Amino acid sequence: MSLEILTFSFMHRAIISGIAIAILCSVIGLFLVLRRYSLFGDAIAHSSFGGIALGLMAGVYPLWTAYGVSLVSALVITKIKEKYDISGDASIAVLLSSGIAVGLVIVGISGGFTIDIFSFLFGSILLVSVNETILILFLTGIILIVVLLFYRQLLYSTFNEEQAKVSGIPVEKINYLIVFMAGLTVVTSIQLVGVLLISALFVIPNVTAIMYGKGFKQTAILSISFSIFSVVVGILVSYIFNITPAGTIVLLSIGLFAVTMGIKSSGLLSIKN
Amino acid sequence: MLNIVEIDHLTVKYPDVKALDDVSFTVKKGDFLGIIGPNGAGKSTLFASMLGLNTKYQGTIKFFGEDIKKSKDYLKEIGYVPQKPIFEKNFPATVNDVVRMGLRKESDENKIDEILQQLWIHESSKRRIGELSGGQQQRVFIAKALVNNPKILILDEPVTGIDQQSIDLFYSILRELNSKQKITIIWSSHDLDAVNQLANHVACLNRTLFFHGESDEFFDNDELVKQYSEASMQEHMHRH
Repeated sequence: MSLEILTFSFMHRAIISGIAIAILCSVIGLFLVLRRYSLFGDAIAHSSFGGIALGLMAGVYPLWTAYGVSLVSALVITKIKEKYDISGDASIAVLLSSGIAVGLVIVGISGGFTIDIFSFLFGSILLVSVNETILILFLTGIILIVVLLFYRQLLYSTFNEEQAKVSGIPVEKINYLIVFMAGLTVVTSIQLVGVLLISALFVIPNVTAIMYGKGFKQTAILSISFSIFSVVVGILVSYIFNITPAGTIVLLSIGLFAVTMGIKSSGLLSIKN
Repeated sequence: MLNIVEIDHLTVKYPDVKALDDVSFTVKKGDFLGIIGPNGAGKSTLFASMLGLNTKYQGTIKFFGEDIKKSKDYLKEIGYVPQKPIFEKNFPATVNDVVRMGLRKESDENKIDEILQQLWIHESSKRRIGELSGGQQQRVFIAKALVNNPKILILDEPVTGIDQQSIDLFYSILRELNSKQKITIIWSSHDLDAVNQLANHVACLNRTLFFHGESDEFFDNDELVKQYSEASMQEHMHRH
């Protein structure tokens, strides 16, 4: 049984998609965490709930509408934050509650579509289709290429906006770029862990990796490794024990975080904070 | 000699106060200009305007003969060291990472190593920036500012909160950059003695510019030094 599962084509798709999403969430999540935007992924995911409900009601593939709603929400909230000087956490709270509110109203108007909604709320990585896998790989490739192309600008504006501006970096445009990529990443990742747990993939592997006291690239590599481990092992374990993949993946991430804290407390690693 | 910075009738108004009022001065190539003034004198506003961070001003600011509102190209020739660089304490960036952030183009490793050695921080190149002392961090930010071979170095009260030993090292580095590498330096400071020792020009600012000229001319004039000291003291008493 345990080796047999590796021969299933749905499992191949799940693992390939899962690895792509793990890489994507770690990379984009690292920038968000360092910008004190840890819950931004959560807020976009919640706003995408409104988009999913809209798609289900209109009979359109729900992730397309989720992409649209999430991207618009992310850009609008960034603009509002910029223009009205609203703090990051307050703008996230506005975005988060708006998405859920819109989704709930649409679900209510439509008389409910519980099964579909549940798969988006909690993820359904084992059900990912060939086309969805191709889309996930395509978007992952595009986003990673953009990150590599704008690596210095993204890193510098995350480190210190004022100095980045003086260095000639168009910081406002880079800020829009990061929220745009975060929006795409969140909706792409919904199939793995669902709307409710998405921020765990953005935050936990990165917070764990940061504790190891390494430089930026090494921290990113550590985070990606932790994330891939949690996703692959989580998918396999959840299938073998017939439990939810999303919850298992997130619990494994939390486990790695706890182990790292244990190592740090024991003094086995000279982690300086 | 060529004026590489020209500030002409610069005025910056905030809703209830004029932060800068009709300030004009020039900086020539190779100058070491110390800008002195009490807290709230407008030094940071002046720098923010010069660096394009504040665009709401009246008057003109020219670098290399060109109005900075027309082009941002001048920023390529400037290295900037802020008063106290703000960054997340646990930011996962090593000294090397931070210096590389300043690079406009991929430079060779030797250049970065050379600058790190020159500033006595090469041994810390793989340590996280947050682990270093305030003085070491400031040297890292100078290294970052120097990595593109700037023609002008702008420093905004760069030794605030740094121990005396680091300050002395910092000043000797500035002196060398100006005298040997011919980098023009514009530096704001509260430390009159240091300005007297290092700068060859002084601008005395307290929202308006009440002196700009050669350093000796300022420090040899007891009346000017007294005026500055009184302005600083009044500001100090006003704040306490």
